[in-house]
Amino acid sequence: MKNKENLVEILLNILSPIVSTLLALIFGGIIILLLGHNPIETYKEVISFALGNANGWGYVLFNATSFILVGLAVAIGFKGGLFNIGAEGQILVGGLASAISGVYIAPFFPAFLHLPIVFIFALLGGAFWAFIPGILKARLGAHEVINTIMMNWIGYALTNYLVINPFREKGVLYPLPQTAKLPESATLPKLAPFFQSIGINIPNSNPLNASLIVAILAVVFTYYLLWKSKLGYEIRALGSNPHASENAGINVKRIILVTMLISGAMAGLASINDVLGYRYRFLDNFSHGLGFTGIAVALLGRNHPVGIIFSGLLFGALDRMAIGMDIFTHIPREIISILQAVIILTIAIGNEILLRFLRRQRRKAMYA
Amino acid sequence: MLESIFAWETLTSALRMTTPLAFAALGGVYSERSGVVNIALEGIMLIGAFFAAVGTYFFGSPLVGILFSILAGMGLALIHAVVSIKFKVNQIVSGTALNMLAAGGTTFLSRLIFKAAGSSPHIKGFEPWSIPILSDIPGIGLVFKSLSPLIVFMFIIVILSQYILYNTVFGLRLRSVGENPQAADTLGVNVYKYRYIGVLISGALGGIGGAFLSLEHARVFVENMTGGRGFIALAAMIFGKWNPIGSFGACFLFGIAEAVRMRLEGIGIPTQFIQMIPYILTMLVLAGAVGKAMSPAADGIPYEKEEL
Repeated sequence: MKNKENLVEILLNILSPIVSTLLALIFGGIIILLLGHNPIETYKEVISFALGNANGWGYVLFNATSFILVGLAVAIGFKGGLFNIGAEGQILVGGLASAISGVYIAPFFPAFLHLPIVFIFALLGGAFWAFIPGILKARLGAHEVINTIMMNWIGYALTNYLVINPFREKGVLYPLPQTAKLPESATLPKLAPFFQSIGINIPNSNPLNASLIVAILAVVFTYYLLWKSKLGYEIRALGSNPHASENAGINVKRIILVTMLISGAMAGLASINDVLGYRYRFLDNFSHGLGFTGIAVALLGRNHPVGIIFSGLLFGALDRMAIGMDIFTHIPREIISILQAVIILTIAIGNEILLRFLRRQRRKAMYA
Repeated sequence: MLESIFAWETLTSALRMTTPLAFAALGGVYSERSGVVNIALEGIMLIGAFFAAVGTYFFGSPLVGILFSILAGMGLALIHAVVSIKFKVNQIVSGTALNMLAAGGTTFLSRLIFKAAGSSPHIKGFEPWSIPILSDIPGIGLVFKSLSPLIVFMFIIVILSQYILYNTVFGLRLRSVGENPQAADTLGVNVYKYRYIGVLISGALGGIGGAFLSLEHARVFVENMTGGRGFIALAAMIFGKWNPIGSFGACFLFGIAEAVRMRLEGIGIPTQFIQMIPYILTMLVLAGAVGKAMSPAADGIPYEKEEL
């Protein structure tokens, strides 16, 4: 009986993101139709652009790398009952800390330490930016949602100031708002040569890089953290019932702070795909809303690491499709952002309807 | 440098910076007093700014533009209301999705309607008013010589809102469903109805706030032109302790900071630090360092009618 119920729940959990995505695609199809285009032809064209060739897949995986890392960051917070809307700021601060450490600190150390240094600073930068709302929540009960939103804007202004003033690239005639280039020993290699060697023809221009491997390791780490460790047990206990977990002897304040720190560090890590693997420097506001998309990725992936792989891939593909819209059609690419918003709304509503349905079933079973 | 800051022009520009924030913050007050957190204000302002430009462009009248912005703001707010009141979805999730929808949707429509990437054609704003008597006062009179009608309207709405929320039956009921919906329900107040009204008013006011940006600030719609003002409005609402006059005061403070920041631009003082002031102040208020901030007790919690 119990097993059967679990099976139904798992099935519904898998089904509802798929249904939401299909609904969003139908909604987008109606818009395309209203604009006088053939939705099926349009979808065919942009989907084959994104997924019909190795180069497209490289881009999808490249996009997915960042989405998965941010999605994990948000999901870790969610599991502990904390809504970390601050990933955007944590990515920026983590990314800048990482780039600065690579340019100004790493040269004092031997080359094999360069990567560890830039990684540690990415983690620390993100964690530091989450520490402030975390400690305010743990000590004073100040709501993390508002505080993380505020930290986003403060982080944006701070990194903007730092990259325009003290840490701006020097010796260039018209410098962009960006840091100097990282030494090669502090960057992550492209994956195209590897794929070419096994017969998959991803061109050298493709941005896919070793951050993908980091993202996969982060998925495994998150799974073990949340479901196989004592700390993870306490995080999940806090998330499902803060009062009960306090009564059970869990140090709630400590867990709130630790959860925020891990979530922030993971968001900081999400900067590497761009900073260490693509641009090899910090460019002002490079994240461009990545932290907010991460919320959608986490929700769609049901805050589960495996789910987040799929939602990260889906959002990665959608982003690539947006480029396809630009190249092949006269439909503005923002149609894809509209679809992403529709996916979040339908999945959130779907979740609620599902929960109510399951609750009613359970009540029925109780009286039967 | 100091003369350039302590000039009546600074006050004028501070008022112009305050107005869009104040409309949106007042909207936030109505929504959150009724118990619905509304971080979709950013999207509501953006969609208001866009449709104000559309209405004004096609009908040649900023008044039509305002009407469009109110309807558009209420439209987005209605989605937020249905999703978070009827379906009881986490209100932050709904707000985040709607902000994405507004950002994508306005850019999408702007490219379709105005063809040119990035912005609308130039649109005409309101003829400024000169307030009699006040504009004759030496010095400060300068501020009242050329005032947008929307600024005057904003002052009226602030005072009216303060009166409505604390001196009318409607205001009492609206606040009661945000404080203690169970008790309000027991006394026969329709919790859902008042929450819908609160969120819809926030849509209308947020829309006007956005309209001020395209009609009066820029005289053009630019993609993502709100640039986080919806969040500053939210911050101001908290800083103002969920109260119309308090929120206006906070918006005015942020408006002065913004006006001073613009005057300092090019002088060499890093403006980013002035930009941070509203956000840091808000965090201090939330941390209890500047008096205790008391949000409505049931703010953000969906109301579930007891099943019998």
